[in-house]
Amino acid sequence: MSAIGLNRAVVDRVPMHRRRKLVNVIALSLSLAAMAFGLFWLLWILFETVRLGAGGIAFATFVQSTPAPNVEGGGLANAIVGSVVMVLLGTGIGTPIGILAGIYLAEYGRNTWLGHITRFINDILLSAPSIVIGLFVYTIIVARTRSFSGFAGVIALALIVIPVVVRTTENMLQLIPNALREAAFALGAPKWIVIRSVTLRAAVAGVVTGVLLAVARIAGETAPLLFTALSNQFFSLDLRSPMANLPVTIFKFAMSPFANWQHLAWAGVFIITLGVLALNVAARVLFRKRD
Amino acid sequence: MTATMTTTTIQSEAMQSPQQALRRRSGQVGDLIFAGVARLAAVITLALLVAIIVSLVAGAWPSIKHFGLAFLWTAEWDPVQQKFGGLIMIYGTLMTSLIALLIAVPVSFGIALFLTELSPRWLKRPLGTAIELLAAVPSIVYGMWGLLVFSPILAEFVQQPLQNAFGSAPFVGQLFSGPPVGIGILSAGIILAIMIIPFIAAVMRDVFEVTPAMLKESAYGVGATTWEVVWKVVLPYTKTGVIGGIMLGLGRALGETMAVTFVIGNFNQLSSLSLFEAANSITSALANEFAEASPGLHEASLIYLGLLLFFITFVVLALSKLLLLRLQRSEGKRT
Repeated sequence: MSAIGLNRAVVDRVPMHRRRKLVNVIALSLSLAAMAFGLFWLLWILFETVRLGAGGIAFATFVQSTPAPNVEGGGLANAIVGSVVMVLLGTGIGTPIGILAGIYLAEYGRNTWLGHITRFINDILLSAPSIVIGLFVYTIIVARTRSFSGFAGVIALALIVIPVVVRTTENMLQLIPNALREAAFALGAPKWIVIRSVTLRAAVAGVVTGVLLAVARIAGETAPLLFTALSNQFFSLDLRSPMANLPVTIFKFAMSPFANWQHLAWAGVFIITLGVLALNVAARVLFRKRD
Repeated sequence: MTATMTTTTIQSEAMQSPQQALRRRSGQVGDLIFAGVARLAAVITLALLVAIIVSLVAGAWPSIKHFGLAFLWTAEWDPVQQKFGGLIMIYGTLMTSLIALLIAVPVSFGIALFLTELSPRWLKRPLGTAIELLAAVPSIVYGMWGLLVFSPILAEFVQQPLQNAFGSAPFVGQLFSGPPVGIGILSAGIILAIMIIPFIAAVMRDVFEVTPAMLKESAYGVGATTWEVVWKVVLPYTKTGVIGGIMLGLGRALGETMAVTFVIGNFNQLSSLSLFEAANSITSALANEFAEASPGLHEASLIYLGLLLFFITFVVLALSKLLLLRLQRSEGKRT
């Protein structure tokens, strides 16, 4: 009896069954299409960057400064050097603060109110509009000193580095098993030695990954430099005056009507994209080796 | 000779204990210093937020005092007559972000579904990385590509056909009126969508992966299809996390600067509701005008816009974070 009942139930549901299968196939195909859609943009952007940018790369690009409009030759040397200097200094200032704050969150303040609030605020700063950071640095530095300066750009970039490094450092330290800490404590080591020589050492690959990602992030940041470092047509290493940098130069050149400037902007885009993607891949490879 | 040996050993033993004590004390001092420095670094991070808010309010104060809240719904932006209102920029920011969400949410859901349920194991990692790289591409690259490569194509193959098809329709036609040049709210929205897809997709993928296998297997066990498992089991289970991810994407879209600045057209008037019309957003107004703004009301009004932007993104991102935290907590309870 029950067998017949079951059979009838199955038979009754056949059209519905077919419909469910159809819905499933359609949904999964759309999912596949979405994946293809996402990859399509990445490939298209990379393709255009290489097609339009690679041709502009020459020896002169790296040794000559930015040219005047509609002049033959010239390169991006001042912008590249300015960018490298500002990114290095910004990372140098932001990283220690970020790592220390990350250590505080993971090792000292896991369950304190300061820890909870800092973690929350840090995650918001991580995604906060970078142009607001630029405005902030403008009001506290540029408006005071009455001059755009490379130094202001460095501070703006450092402020963007901090949340990135805090986040990864905390995450990586939390992955370290407590048994490791307890073993070190049992040997009589003070807490700061435990952190320095055991937990931080065990998490070093992850922390370095975070720093690399932070460098990749600020290397392409334009908005926070627009009203801090501004830009400079000439080669300058003086942090007290406006400083050339790759992103703002690209912005200025791309928006201009001059062919030679646009050409250089594409070369700059090629350099930045290549550099940033290489850093990202390097960070991933470095971290994957550990686990 | 043996006598001298023993005295030295005794001496060194006697010396050791104060040394050890010293070392212990220096360990304690080191501990105090290290903990203090780490705490200070955390406080700096926290102080950063307060400092941003205080400095923006202070910078915007002349404008806040002069225009008050009416700034929010005044459309006039006239540096010559010193009259400022943020409506056009606020509209531009919200509208481009809305378009971005409309496109990015379904696509991200599809990508997350593909990565968690469909993809062969060996493809998961490379595909996930590729999508994450989309987030790593600097926004200035999106901007330049958008202006010089994407918008001409958008104009020719999307905007003109749309206008031909719907241009004369009563309500829809309004949306598609205006010059189909590929620059304006629509192209800014599309480029924003591409930029936020990786963020939303990554969160969705991560929360989908925390759904207990038991729950999914039970659903498969009673004969559910893959789609039904995702739609009726995984999605309800991870609802808060998914919304948190969408909010994260929204926060990103609202604050994105360079890509929008390149393609939105920087036009401070709102003549129609058309999506093809050049417009302006908070971020692009800041990027274009701030460095050249005259000190005084113009500069203060731009900082006022920045303050509004920071406030909106802060609320959106805080909501996102709270939702994601709630999912984490309930996950802790259930397992």
